[in-house]
Parts: sequence; structure tokens; C-alpha cells
Amino acid sequence: MSDDQRFGLNRKISLSGPLALDGGGRLAPVEIAYETYGTLNADASNAILLCHALTGDQHVASNHPITGKPGWWTRMVGPGCPVDTDRFFVVCPNVIGSCMGSSGPESPATDGAPFAMRFPVITIRDMVCAQAMLLDHLGIGRLYAVVGGSMGGMQALTWAATYPTRVASAVVIASTARHSAQNIAFHEVGRQAIMADPNWRGGDYYHDGKTPDAGLAVARMAAHITYLSEQGLTEKFGRRLQDRKAKTFGFDADFQVESYLRYQGLTFTDRFDANSYLYITRAMDYFDLAEEHGGHLANAFRGAGTRFCLVSFDTDWLYPTSESKNIVHALNAAGAPVSFVELSAPFGHDSFLLDVPELNRVVDGFLKAGGQ
Amino acid sequence: MNGLRPDLAIIAREVKAGSRALDVGCGDGALLAALRDQKQVDARGMELNRDNVAACVARGLSVIQGNADTDLSDYPDASFDYAILSQTLQTTARPDLVLDQLLRIGRQAFVSFPNFAQWRIRWALMFGGTMPVTKQLPDRWYDTPNIHHVTIDDFRSFIAERGVRIDGQWFLRGEKLISAGAANLRAQHAVFLLSR
Repeated sequence: MSDDQRFGLNRKISLSGPLALDGGGRLAPVEIAYETYGTLNADASNAILLCHALTGDQHVASNHPITGKPGWWTRMVGPGCPVDTDRFFVVCPNVIGSCMGSSGPESPATDGAPFAMRFPVITIRDMVCAQAMLLDHLGIGRLYAVVGGSMGGMQALTWAATYPTRVASAVVIASTARHSAQNIAFHEVGRQAIMADPNWRGGDYYHDGKTPDAGLAVARMAAHITYLSEQGLTEKFGRRLQDRKAKTFGFDADFQVESYLRYQGLTFTDRFDANSYLYITRAMDYFDLAEEHGGHLANAFRGAGTRFCLVSFDTDWLYPTSESKNIVHALNAAGAPVSFVELSAPFGHDSFLLDVPELNRVVDGFLKAGGQ
Repeated sequence: MNGLRPDLAIIAREVKAGSRALDVGCGDGALLAALRDQKQVDARGMELNRDNVAACVARGLSVIQGNADTDLSDYPDASFDYAILSQTLQTTARPDLVLDQLLRIGRQAFVSFPNFAQWRIRWALMFGGTMPVTKQLPDRWYDTPNIHHVTIDDFRSFIAERGVRIDGQWFLRGEKLISAGAANLRAQHAVFLLSR
């Protein structure tokens, strides 16, 4: 197993495809960057697929190649963690449309130049279908579980709806079955900020190093606010001033919260591609699982043999508890086994990535019970 | 069914193996775990308290956080063989509507509740002149979750008015099963199995 080139960190595969896309186009080849952790057992029954969020990547529990920071979910994934890499074989692919090695706007088109805005508009289901191709390549038929938070949760739901026989359990954290008008509105602010940057140039900015960083930073700043709670911002920053004793009566970052957001925006541009941000936010905005099933969310899960665990957070106003309850309602109507809990945590939407011990206990218990 | 609360032990004993059951107000999941492990029941739960729900899910039980008064309408008709409501009826805002939901969701419903007409409680109220605080009902009038105290006779007339059938009834004094004779005076707890 250890010398099998398909397994390990920093893997990349080019699958011939084609992948038929929801938008009508075809993607070929389909390149997927991914990482695996742990060992696939003989009957390939211990595989867990981890789905990342909008700006996440395949480095779920390994150091990020650009920032050098630890993986984004080391609290959840690793030896002895709820997603226990001593027991499970964990696969984390970079979604298509992204910029960490999977096919996306930065990838070369047939003419050798980057796709840029010629890359087809993709959906959450397209991302999931590409992941299914990867699992075929890895020799995994049925997943022990698919696990994801935020956009990762949308993928987990879509997995259960699209490949019901391939998913034994699904963990959906801080997520939703559709993007609301408010969700779309915030994303549109971000996209317009990118497109208004003079460096964006219709998306053709890859050749001269002049990237739309200012626009992308503003997009990240606006989005970042939606990931935090008001209470969290107040506790962390209040109205405190940044390295100064009095207001400057100017437009410097007088307030700590301004300085923090500017830093978040700036560092984001080091690791993310503006066009990928456009494509992935679009995919999220298009997401409406009920719409794909005759307007009834329950139809998406009818006859599915999948067990579900949904978790929401009381301070998450991006995908509030009511969205999770909407999914629970549909799963109950479809007769699917479902667990749901709203946990209390002060960090808003980002709670799923942060230190919430109760989340780990819930995911741990749910996954362990799947083996019974 | 060792270690179960007496009313839950009765329910666990009576539920048919391999059936489907929904425990509304399942607490820490003790009954669900017993039904799953000892009778291979497809057991699901609903519970209001977040810490209890998290504890249940961490035990591998299928439990959703929800409110008996508002969230039972999510379930389709006759989706369970049994809907179970143990020591929860008296805490709901509208016990009548909750009972309707139980009998809609389950082909049969188990309902257990503390009997407010048991003689010790009558005694405490009559001679103490204060709202009774007993081992079974330890809360004081201002902090009790039991907002609709009910007696066995109240419950019997309540279901008779609704044309609900009694398929089984059990009465408890402490951990001991007692006869139905003068149960309204003697029993601390009652368990009813109902159907439409």
C-alpha cells in the first residue's frame, strides 16, 4: 500500500473524463489534487471522504504549502481524532474550480493558455461527480462516511442525493440545502469587488503578475464578517483602537477590527485565485438541492440508505440552525435515520473549524456507531 | 432491562423486537439504547435539551434536537410502530395536540406520567396547604417543568373524550407494579399503551 503512488500527501491525478457538467459543457481532462491519510483496508470499507469549504483545500491535516500553517481541520482529522486516521482511510480532494491543483480557471485550456473565464461554470454536483471519479480511481466503491462543513456540507448532502448507494453515513456541519437571497447577496458583493478591480481585466491576468488583489481582498473581508458572530467580534475587538491612543480623524485602520479585516484580506490574496473565488461562489449560489428534485427536498433523500448527522451552531447567522432544521425535516419525511443538534459556540459560522469539544464528541460517536 | 427507570423498563419490555420506535423527550437516550441493543428496534429520539442530544449522538443514537410541542409535525403519518412519550406529557404546552401527533405518527403510543392524585400528594396539599414536593415530583411550584399536572382519572377521561383506545395500562408505586384497583389513589406513575 505504501508504495502505491495513488496514496499519500500532495497527490495529483489527471483523469481523462469527460465530466458532463450541469451547465451542459464537458470537462476533459479532469485534474484533481488530493491527499490521503491512513490505510485503505482490504475490502475498501473504511474510506471517509472529507469535503472542504469555499476557500479550503486538500491540506486538511498537513501543512499548507504556501502559508506553512497546519491543516485546516487538525482538530477533527488525525490519529485518535474523531476522523481517526489510525482506523479510517481519509481522502480530501481539492474541488474543481479551485486553485490548489484541481482543474480550475488557472488550469491550461487546449490552447495552452489558462482557461480564465473560459472555464465552464460548475455546480456543487459537478464537484461531487469529479470526486466520484477520483474514488473510482482509488478503488473505493462505498464510503464509510462523507464529512463536510459549510460548502463541504453541501457536497456531503449532494453525495447522499446523487450516489445514495455509495454513502453509508453523512456528516453535515454548519451547512444548508440551498443558498438564501442573503447568502447570494454577500457573494455578489465579493464578485463585484473582484470584477471592479482594474487588474481583473475580464479574468485575463495570469500572464503579467498583476492580479486583482485589492478586489479579492475586499471580497474576503466582506465574507469574513459573515463567518464571525457579532458577539465574537465585540469580544475580540470591541471599539478598541489599533496601536494608537486616539482617533486620527483620517481613513487609516484606526480600529482593531479594521486592521484585522485588512490583514485577513491581504493574506488571502497570497493563497487564493480571484477567478476561482468567482467560480466557487457561483457554484454555491446555484446550489438548491430541492430544486433539483422537483421542489421537494425530501425527494432528494427518498430511499437513501444513508445515516445523517447534522450540526448547527447557535451563533452562525450565515447558515443558521433553521437551515439545518429544514434538512432534518426533509430527512424525517423521507424516513432517513438522522441525528441533529444545535451546539452552543461563540465563533459564528467558523465554529466548525474552531475549538468546540462537543462537536468532536458528536462526530466521534456518530462515526463509531456507523461501524456497528 | 436492568438499570432503566421503572416506567421505561415496562415500555422496553412491551415493545416488539425489530419494530420502529420514536421516543419523544428521550433524555439521555437510556430507553433508545436498550431498545436498540436488546430488541434490535430501529429507535429514534427527539429531545429538547441540547446537552442530552449531544450525549445521545455521541452514544451513536439517532436523536434530533426538537420540541414535542412544535416539531412532531415533521414526521409522516404512521411512520413508526410506536411513538413514546415518557414523563413528558405534563411538561408540554398543549398535551392534547401532542397526543394527537403521537397517535398520528405511531400506530400505537406509549404515554407515561406521574400521577398527581396519589395519596401522598393529596395529603401534602390537603394538610400542608402547599404545592407538594415529593421524591417523584421534586420541583417547586415556580421552577417545575411540569406545567400540566395530570391524574390517572384525568387522563382516562381525556382519552375517552377523544375516542382513543387503551391497549395496555401499567401502574407503579416506586419500582413495583401494582394492580389497577384504585390506581388513581395508589399509583405514583402510570404507563398507557394507546391507539386510535
